[in-house]
Amino acid sequence: MENEPLLNSLQTGFPETATVMGSDWPEMSIESTQLLEVIAKLKGSDDWDFNYLFCETCVDWKTHFTMVYHLSSTQYRHSMVLKAKVDREIPQIESLVKFYKTAEMLEREVYDLFGVQFLNHPDLRRLLLTEDWVGYPLRKDYYDPINMIKL
Amino acid sequence: MFSIENILNSFHKWLGSMLNQTNVMLIEMALIAFFAITLFAILGLVLVYLERKVSAFIQIRKGPNRVGPFGIFQTTADTLKLIVKESFMPDKVDKFLYQLAPFIVMITAMLLLAPIPFARGVQIWNINIGVFYVTAVSSLSVIGILMAGWASSNKYSLLGAMRSGAQIVSYELSAGMAILSIIVLTGSLNLQDIIASQENGWWIFKGHIPALVAFVIYIIAVTAETNRAPFDLAEAESELTGGFHTEYAGMRFALFFLAEYINIFIVCAIGATLFFGGWMPFHIGNWQAFNHVMDFIPSSIWFFGKTFFLILLIMWFRWTFPRLRVDQLLNLEWKYLLPISMLNLLVMTLIAIKGWHF
Amino acid sequence: MRNVVETTPEGNMVLNVGPQHPSTHGVLHLFITVNGETILNLDPNIGYIHRSIEKMCESLSYRQFIYSTSRMDYLSAHMNNHGCALTVEKGLQVEVPVRAEVIRVIISELTRLASHQLWWGSLAMDLGALSPFFYAFREREMITDIMEETCGARLTMNYIVPGGVMADIHPDFQRKVKEFIVQFKSKIGEYHELVTNNVIFQNRTKGIGILSKEDAISYGCTGPTARGSGLSCDMRKIYPYSAYKNIQFNEILETEGDSFARYMVRMREMEESVNIIEQLIDNIPEGEFLAKTKAVLKLPKGEFYTRLETARGELGVYIVSEGGTTPYRIKFRSPGFSNLSALNHMIKGHKIGDLVSVMGTLDLVIPDIDR
Repeated sequence: MENEPLLNSLQTGFPETATVMGSDWPEMSIESTQLLEVIAKLKGSDDWDFNYLFCETCVDWKTHFTMVYHLSSTQYRHSMVLKAKVDREIPQIESLVKFYKTAEMLEREVYDLFGVQFLNHPDLRRLLLTEDWVGYPLRKDYYDPINMIKL
Repeated sequence: MFSIENILNSFHKWLGSMLNQTNVMLIEMALIAFFAITLFAILGLVLVYLERKVSAFIQIRKGPNRVGPFGIFQTTADTLKLIVKESFMPDKVDKFLYQLAPFIVMITAMLLLAPIPFARGVQIWNINIGVFYVTAVSSLSVIGILMAGWASSNKYSLLGAMRSGAQIVSYELSAGMAILSIIVLTGSLNLQDIIASQENGWWIFKGHIPALVAFVIYIIAVTAETNRAPFDLAEAESELTGGFHTEYAGMRFALFFLAEYINIFIVCAIGATLFFGGWMPFHIGNWQAFNHVMDFIPSSIWFFGKTFFLILLIMWFRWTFPRLRVDQLLNLEWKYLLPISMLNLLVMTLIAIKGWHF
Repeated sequence: MRNVVETTPEGNMVLNVGPQHPSTHGVLHLFITVNGETILNLDPNIGYIHRSIEKMCESLSYRQFIYSTSRMDYLSAHMNNHGCALTVEKGLQVEVPVRAEVIRVIISELTRLASHQLWWGSLAMDLGALSPFFYAFREREMITDIMEETCGARLTMNYIVPGGVMADIHPDFQRKVKEFIVQFKSKIGEYHELVTNNVIFQNRTKGIGILSKEDAISYGCTGPTARGSGLSCDMRKIYPYSAYKNIQFNEILETEGDSFARYMVRMREMEESVNIIEQLIDNIPEGEFLAKTKAVLKLPKGEFYTRLETARGELGVYIVSEGGTTPYRIKFRSPGFSNLSALNHMIKGHKIGDLVSVMGTLDLVIPDIDR
């Protein structure tokens, strides 16, 4: 599906969520509690068939986190961006491991660098940093006097 | 004509004219020990240099070319480095076995030098069960390897040693069968008798196709027995880092390394003796004139020429083939080589009984 | 007798493969649980070479950050730069000159060839055949020479910048690339003779490390790894970027999903890359090689994502801009990271020797995974 029809069908499929056109693909913004429900619908539906999670990351907006999921369909070749707002004080969101196996590693990375807790993740451990690392480096308020070089 | 046999005989006579029988024997034993160790060292140096040059030739490189003309002193320099290197021992090893293992491997390799006929009449120990002795003693080296793997307290070493154990035990059968098929033709276990029986032609030509099959099986089996690629699973540096000698360094490692090359020399020497007539020149039946011409080449040159031909063959394998996996290795032996060599032995026996060979 | 090797309660052994191990090609650390020689479980422990490039890029300007991406997947440095340049250009809405686009594609394909040749040699080395490495490097050396002349470096190359390429091609560029093509075409048969048709090699790779198409999708595998499983995922074909729009080439697909299929995909991809270069090398249009851009780049507020094909698979460059001179957040979706996550699934039940062949056919570059 091209971007325009995809945007329209997403807007009709999810009338209560905000779906707009981003720079590349349609962008849908949801609350973190809605995630599993939305993903189940996006992946399960024959019209969309978003079976391929090609990127999962997080952005720290200082007031809240945004989990960004880039989804694609290997069948229809269309892509979309799903954004879930996560509370910064209690960063918790459901894990997508049961939908996409690649999420296991990607979520470990996000947990490692942002400290977002993924509920129902089978093996949530630090990935890149050591187990005893203090803090979450990709947060905007992270400061490390030794390892960080300010330009 | 140049002949080591004559030199040795006149030396023996000269000693005998000066000293009594016991002293002659003692001196000769000391000389032989010296000779064996020297040969061990020289062979190690030459074979390592050869391997590096052969691999360089195959890999479009130059190989060692800095130390001495054509880099011939490179291996000497390497050996010096290994000798002066600190021989450290990891903390958690089983100290006694760890230190003993390289010596067992090396002593086994040295013992194997005894029955090999290097030239006409030149043999350290003319034993009437020569072939049997070689097959029996060569299987001892696996004990040294298992010892090294176990004593190192390293998982990789242990895996390597276990692989090596399974491998050598299996492939000895095929090697033994291949050797046996020549034994049934000659009817003797004495290496001198085996060579004498090839007076009118080498067994590889006289024994028809079964001899050729036996030779191919022998080469495959001994490549595996000496832990050479494509059967170098015991070392397998891309899987097990160094295999059984991961924890060894300095001269202890060098002993393993040298023993490997001596073992190659020995198995190739035995192969040359059994299939290519050892020091026996290239003779064709009763072509007297041709055989006489061939006799002018000294027997030691024939022996070393054939042996090094086989060594080059094994080196060529190493630098060409990828490594087998451990289960494929055992499959190859138990499902293919062993049945084939058994059948081959039967055919060979039939040929020997009926006298169909030349 | 002393217990020399600790075991798990079930009697299995945990083996540390890496971080210093000859076949992990870098500082990858794998915990493998083995029962004898059979691998029961594999747990990758990565991060030994983590430099937090994403964090560093947040304080670098849009011109500067590109250089740190050559250090991620150092074997496809140009493709990494290309991805970043495309993303920045998308934000700035700069029109790249046609000459620059063509040069970018030629350089990218040469990089792919060099990367695949290194992979071919090191795969053979992992499997115990040491000689192919030197044959691969004989041809790779010609590419590094070309790169040295045009890009000024042999390994961590920075050539593609926002707006075009950094400098014009060297006068000898076309001649040398043609020489390389002649040499490569005469030697590719040798590659196949030496390794592909070898019985031992085929036994070591066929039916090993099978990844089904469904699993490839679920694990987010890309590049030759996924194409070996029959998943069409060549970004050059699906979302053509740069000069790939105008050239004819095939997407290489194999369906078996085993190590040999992945091997064949890369081997055939090399020939396809040569085909692409041949189409372009005589048709480099005249003109500018660098578009005029402002001295200080400022991306408008927004989010920009580019997907492109490196030698290892799909690279995603995700830039979140707040309108400043530095990216607010940048994320590199690296191909090796997802491919590595499928390794445990592929290797279960195989022997230790197979770990090496499967890892070799995944073509992992560790700085790419750790970033």
